[in-house]
Amino acid sequence: MTVEEPILRLQNVESSYGPVKAIRGVSLTVNKGTIATVLGANGAGKTTILKTISGIIDPDKGTITFRGEQIQKRDPAWIVRRGICHCPEGREVFPLLSVRDNLMMGAYTRADRDAVARDLEMVYGYFPVLRDRAGEEAGKLSGGQQQMLSISRALMGDPDLMLLDEPSLGLSPKLTREIFDIVVRINRERGKTILLVEQNANLALSVADHGYVLEVGRIVMDDTCERLRANPDVQEFYLGMKEKGVRGERRWKKRKTWR
Amino acid sequence: MQVLQVVISGISQGLIYGLIALGFVLIYKATETVNFAQGELMMLGAFLGLTAVTFGMPFWAALPLAFAGMWVIGILLERVVLRPILGQPAFTVVMVTIGVGFVARGVVTMIPGWGTDTHALAAPFKGELVRAGGLVVGMEHIVVIAATIALSTALYLFFRFTRVGVAMQAASQNQLAAYYMGIPVRRLNSLIWGISAGVAALAGVLLAPITFVHVNMGFIGLKAFPAAVIGGFGSLPGALVGGVIIGVVESLSGVYLPEGFKDIAAYILVLVVLVVKPTGIFGETASKKV
Repeated sequence: MTVEEPILRLQNVESSYGPVKAIRGVSLTVNKGTIATVLGANGAGKTTILKTISGIIDPDKGTITFRGEQIQKRDPAWIVRRGICHCPEGREVFPLLSVRDNLMMGAYTRADRDAVARDLEMVYGYFPVLRDRAGEEAGKLSGGQQQMLSISRALMGDPDLMLLDEPSLGLSPKLTREIFDIVVRINRERGKTILLVEQNANLALSVADHGYVLEVGRIVMDDTCERLRANPDVQEFYLGMKEKGVRGERRWKKRKTWR
Repeated sequence: MQVLQVVISGISQGLIYGLIALGFVLIYKATETVNFAQGELMMLGAFLGLTAVTFGMPFWAALPLAFAGMWVIGILLERVVLRPILGQPAFTVVMVTIGVGFVARGVVTMIPGWGTDTHALAAPFKGELVRAGGLVVGMEHIVVIAATIALSTALYLFFRFTRVGVAMQAASQNQLAAYYMGIPVRRLNSLIWGISAGVAALAGVLLAPITFVHVNMGFIGLKAFPAAVIGGFGSLPGALVGGVIIGVVESLSGVYLPEGFKDIAAYILVLVVLVVKPTGIFGETASKKV
């Protein structure tokens, strides 16, 4: 294990969309060089956490500290330059630009051309299909290739922290597995810290080091992923494993212990 | 031969429409609003060019000067008038741009030397004729065509190959993702306003030797708008093609059709295009994969 050195810390962060409060007092810590994951159902506020970190949404309350510097309520461009790149939910590629131009846009904030060119090669190394289709319009790629492009584009910003929002969305299990393998490689080989948001709890817990469980805007549980996987509540509600009753059937509805 | 001559003058007139339409499309693509003051920006540009020439500057120097002057005015307009209403409904923004047009016309009449008079802009090539194989074409038309080709080449290279140009495309295709990438979308939008005001100024100065410089010359914007629609609002080459189509049809109907058709030709064309191909000739439809 790496030394526990927090790179990102959220303290009591609250964000809302107009009158609707999406996250209520979320505190979490991501250690340097690790993969952290936030689990939660639809509408739990996972994406809102990421958007608040990357400056798309300004929080109503709370502080976000990145490498010892407070970054809440700053301009997204400023935050990208500090070293946080966001790979948004639903890929969000630039459909009419070529794959290569999409990648170069990921490096928009960087001035060092040689380093950008090296990173382009690195990204092509992780996802060779992007090199093959570098000249094509990104909108013509398949869903999985667009997801690879989206991750690569975030990687082109040379981030210290990558925010990955639902990389498995709409992909086949096999492709999801491949993409997750590369995400882990990026973490191990490049030392990128990753904050991963996923619906697929099983997969997320298998790759991440530390997990947070988010329900209706609150963090209800946090622990190492090993221990989360062993937790009966997580197994029941996120991993879909049901305990069998003595008679082999269940007649009760299980209550969550954190409520 | 006469047909060909009419067509050529139609093309040059149409390219003027096209240049103004280019401004409409640039701003529409970047900010999804329509700037109805585009014609007035052209008028202001023409007056700037006129003033430069009156103060003794050569025509060819007045052209970039008007471009630069309107560039600054365009950026100021975006910063002072449009940015504060960012996020308001599109209707609000449209009303504001129409208001900006009225204000521009009012201000021009107050400026000494500009006023409500009709001015002629002395261009070195004015009245020169080019003869080629039985064709007689006014030099001012040739200049318009050449200048438009040069300008659109420059714009193409800018949007295709420069970092800022590609980022502008990116921001117009997916604004949210552009924010995620740290692209300064707002700064680029004000740059776009600068470019489109500058292009309008070029259109104004190029048009001036053909017609006159006048406070109401901005109403030509009302014909540039159909040009943008025909081209498929959102396509830069479409704007120029739409402009040329309108210009040619207009000048042909001015010669061969009864009195009055010239003025409505543009609108008849728009109706036909909207019925036959609602997205316009170069209309882009990009679908998103999930």
